[in-house]
Amino acid sequence: MSLHFLGNSVTLENVYIVSSGTVCGPLEYLGPLGSCFDKSLQDYHYGEKSFEKAERKMLRDALDICLKREKLKYKDIDLYLGSDLLNQITSVNYLARELPQPFVGLYGACSGFALSMAMAGLLIDAGYVDKIVTMVSSHNATAERQYRYPVEYGVQKKDTTTFTATGAVSTLLTNQPQSVRVEAITLGRVIDYSQNDANDMGRAMAPAAFDTLMNHFQDLKRTFHDYDLVVTGDLSMYGHQILKEMLQRHKMDVVRYNDCGCMLYDLSSQPVFQGGSGCACSALVTMGSLYPQLKDKKLKRVLVVSTGALLSPMMSAQKESIPCIAHAISLEAIE
Amino acid sequence: MDRKEYDQLAESLKPTGHKMKNAFYAFLYGGVIGAIAQGVLEFFMNVYHVKQEDATPMMIITLVFISCLLTGLGIYDKLAQKAGAGTFIPITGFANSMTSCALDSQSEGLIMGIGSNMFKLGGTVITYGIVSSALLGVIRYVITLFG
Repeated sequence: MSLHFLGNSVTLENVYIVSSGTVCGPLEYLGPLGSCFDKSLQDYHYGEKSFEKAERKMLRDALDICLKREKLKYKDIDLYLGSDLLNQITSVNYLARELPQPFVGLYGACSGFALSMAMAGLLIDAGYVDKIVTMVSSHNATAERQYRYPVEYGVQKKDTTTFTATGAVSTLLTNQPQSVRVEAITLGRVIDYSQNDANDMGRAMAPAAFDTLMNHFQDLKRTFHDYDLVVTGDLSMYGHQILKEMLQRHKMDVVRYNDCGCMLYDLSSQPVFQGGSGCACSALVTMGSLYPQLKDKKLKRVLVVSTGALLSPMMSAQKESIPCIAHAISLEAIE
Repeated sequence: MDRKEYDQLAESLKPTGHKMKNAFYAFLYGGVIGAIAQGVLEFFMNVYHVKQEDATPMMIITLVFISCLLTGLGIYDKLAQKAGAGTFIPITGFANSMTSCALDSQSEGLIMGIGSNMFKLGGTVITYGIVSSALLGVIRYVITLFG
């Protein structure tokens, strides 16, 4: 790779987070982090005729909140990056019709948040653009419908199932100094450990998270001790235990590690099985809870590893295993 | 870590299933649905003095109606999470599969949505139901030729 890349990682010099907008679903609002989010939905329709339109409305609300904080208009942004879970990344593509500036749609399944932040970081650090907004969303009903079964279908879900989080998050990044910066990124490789079960995403994605984490630590000569917190995106309870065990077997001292899927919900009382998943899962936890803590200097440096199962229901029906990916971003509070 | 080793590790940490509990609830809920169906059948036969062969389809239609209603109200899938096979196997499960598909695709309209998607899950049952009954019909015909 180029001079800038160390293995699969890059340290960034001038990439700062200016503001964010977070919108969450009803169940996320009732979870332990409910009070962290800017806005919440009363129900999955959000006053719209279809779930897909509801998801787009969440995205627009998150974007408006994010820009309003800085008194910016749509045209003040140089570039928009967006990612969601639907076919043809429908939600962000259709929302982008309303944007007067260039837009790039990205797909990385549930890793969309870290993927879009990493891409924004690279473009800003290289000096091509000054202001980028990243937008990600997922909606439980639209994802269930596309990847699994109809919402009201009465099938008993497995114990290993995860629950797609409902929410949308917008983040404004720039090259002008602010209190929190994106300090390093590690891009993931597609990893496939021959897992076939679409109802067991944690197990499918854990090896991808492991690969990215190990690469990140090796490339930048760091360990868990260099971070106040390391979070994975949506491995859920089961996947997060697998990853922990894998890391320990590789002689890593695993400290201050958690998973966003376990943080977003109260697993003991909410009906989310192994925990949350979806683009919104890592995005809501990071921008809703971790970013304010970084701003207040309660956390110094945080590593977010968003995990994604690049699954296609059609390929699953053709008995193919699930390719997975994980991208990492390191956020740091400025002294 | 190779794939075999990974599978061993993942299996060792797998959340413990509740097979006995699931079987118990499936038995319980399935049994209750059966009892309700019998009650409805008796009701038509004894109160309205309908013959059993006429009362049976009336009972089935009643159960299908209740199942569709509960699906529409968003109750059926929550019941099914607990009942498992108990609500899946009886005719109520089939009714739920069609209603849930129809509900899900109503945003795409009557033709491209409900019309073309209603049998998305239930279609398999219909297809192989017809194929197997045709096959069995042939077998029966052949047997009667020699019998």
